[in-house]
Amino acid sequence: MLSLNKIEIALGSFRLRADFQIEARQKVAVVGPSGAGKSTLVGAVCGFIDVLGGQLILAGQDITDAMPDKRDMAMLFQDNNLFPHLTIAQNVGLGIRPVMRLTLDEKSKVNDALVRVGLGDLGSRKPSELSGGQQSRAALARALVQSKLWMILDEPFAALGPALRAEMLDLVAEVADETQAGVMMVTHAPEDARRIADSVIFVVDGVAHGPQATTELLDNPPPALKAYLG
Amino acid sequence: MAERIVQITVGKISPRLGISAAVLIAVLILSALVAVVSRADGDFALGPSDWSAVRFTIWQAFLSAFFSTILAIPVARALARRRFWGRGFLVTLLGAPFILPVIVAVLGLLAIFGRAGFLNDILAFFGFAKVSIYGLHGVVLAHVFFNLPLATRLLLQGWQTVPAEQFRLVAQLGLRPSMVFRLIEWRLIVRILPGAFALVFVICLTSFAVALTLGGGPRATTIELAIYQAFRFDFDLGRAAVLSILQLGVAGSAAGLALWFIPSVSFGGGLDRMQRRWDVRTVWSVVLDSTFIVLALGFLILPLLAILLSGLGGLADVPLAIWGTAWTSFWVAMLSVGALLCAALPMAGWIATSKRAGVEAVGLLGLAASPLMIGTGWFILIHPFANPADWALAVTILVNALMALPFALRILVPTLRETAQTYGRLSGALGLSGVALWRCVLLPRACPQIGFAAGLTAALSIGDLGVIALFADPDRATLPLQMYRLMGSYRTDAAAGAALILLVLAFGLFWVMDYWGRRNVIAE
Repeated sequence: MLSLNKIEIALGSFRLRADFQIEARQKVAVVGPSGAGKSTLVGAVCGFIDVLGGQLILAGQDITDAMPDKRDMAMLFQDNNLFPHLTIAQNVGLGIRPVMRLTLDEKSKVNDALVRVGLGDLGSRKPSELSGGQQSRAALARALVQSKLWMILDEPFAALGPALRAEMLDLVAEVADETQAGVMMVTHAPEDARRIADSVIFVVDGVAHGPQATTELLDNPPPALKAYLG
Repeated sequence: MAERIVQITVGKISPRLGISAAVLIAVLILSALVAVVSRADGDFALGPSDWSAVRFTIWQAFLSAFFSTILAIPVARALARRRFWGRGFLVTLLGAPFILPVIVAVLGLLAIFGRAGFLNDILAFFGFAKVSIYGLHGVVLAHVFFNLPLATRLLLQGWQTVPAEQFRLVAQLGLRPSMVFRLIEWRLIVRILPGAFALVFVICLTSFAVALTLGGGPRATTIELAIYQAFRFDFDLGRAAVLSILQLGVAGSAAGLALWFIPSVSFGGGLDRMQRRWDVRTVWSVVLDSTFIVLALGFLILPLLAILLSGLGGLADVPLAIWGTAWTSFWVAMLSVGALLCAALPMAGWIATSKRAGVEAVGLLGLAASPLMIGTGWFILIHPFANPADWALAVTILVNALMALPFALRILVPTLRETAQTYGRLSGALGLSGVALWRCVLLPRACPQIGFAAGLTAALSIGDLGVIALFADPDRATLPLQMYRLMGSYRTDAAAGAALILLVLAFGLFWVMDYWGRRNVIAE
């Protein structure tokens, strides 16, 4: 379980409050108007933005002040998920162990992950030689080998077309199920939430509201969400 | 047909003025060159002392560039990954040596590293022998004082181009500092350092005031200094001319080579922003960074503090004539700024809209031509018709503007290019062209950069000790020259007082003009 106990996040003059829990292995979407603080919320959960007050508890452990790599989370950003000068295999390999030389055993693990996301023969390429969708797959392969408790996604597929995005979301769901990870995903598209999320966190007016079942919430939205969905 | 031509030029910067300015500058430089060549009649034979000047010039420039850039790596790295109280101040301080008058800095360095300086006091206390600042290591030390901050700023710029996600990724994956160095930092160092090295090397090749004050003698004379000595001590115009050609050959070819390396220098602000880092908490890296930050801070600030303290004490000893000289220096600097803007603005406008990349090279002409070579040339030109000393200030004004030109162009061109691209069509649709285009669109948009370039020119000009040393007679002098004379006659207190006045003038002029530019910036 991931608990946000009376969390308060400050970014300049902007304030965001959150007080809720997410069950382990749940898939939740974070939706809300632009500038409401969706990215701020997941940034704070991952340890990239300081929290002003409150506690962040993951599986019984207080991780409020833990470094980003000590949180059992793998994050996918909007862009720059891969080092442009490393090969795809090297990029994925960094998820296993943060060194440049891997053992044969680890290399085959990397290869398995690449095959799993459909990039089996592209391991030796550089990111710039891949399409946007393939780059996302590579980042997902890294999350696969990282095998963390949570996968945190900050709109990594925003630049992809609808069909490709749906494909990637399904892949996210599969990877999460295989690694028994929970998913927390920022999106501005309600159909993304409907596609893979069990529940939705709605962020508006400086408050992140606790997760509610996706279909129910989107079918009967409260006024603020209704205004956003249009 | 006439209307068609109007349609084409409307909304675009006319290249005519810019080309005229460039031609005028080329004529000024080339006429000096022609005069020098004509004077160096036949006798091109170089003596052993000339060759040793060439060797020393190149060797000291190489060492200065080497130490400035190598030491800049740990300093920039520390500044890029540490947040601490006063960081913004230190980053601002890195910009100070660039506008600090050379002669003032030399006095500050003497107070720390000189015969009766701070360092020797400490050495004496522990029973060590005194070290002397004069000679090769003194020249290199002074050059590192000026250029280490420049190289550090260039590297810091590079650190800022790293996407924020890369540092988050690094944190996420738990990469150690050594891996971060291999993955991210080494790449940007390799990208930026050769250019920084080339820039410092070229700047140091034509350095005069540092060699004049800290060098000298057969083993520490630069070509630039040798020109001055041939001129002032022997009044051997022919030899000065030969040395000038030599200098042009050395500095010109180096500047030509460096053209491909030299990075675009952003002199402006923004460097105090920094990226959040998570990968730098190991004790060893904290100790390492703190050490380099403290050392860099001490190296920069101790000489400045020494000037301030001894200057305040020396103000009472300053001869009355200094104030008159300060006034002369002030208006010389103002006229330099005027001359610079008259040339730089149209040239920048031309370069910004020209499709040919080679045009940008025009701006580097000034970097290749050494002030003393131009000074020698014009002296030869003026000599038959008038007393060159009468023209000392006029030549100084023009040469100072010329020396600031490459930097001014680097500052102005990017803004003008962006403005021309963004608002060119709108201006064209409104029928703006020529003077109206400059007044309504270009000048207001480029205001902060114009203020900055003007401030830089004013500071460089008021602190310059170059051509004026060649031309001046006892009646005519600028403040830096007067200060040099006071130092030469061992009136240290008076020199310190003059240094403080010069320091306040240089920084003050820069600040006022830069502030004017930034105050007029259009709110977006």
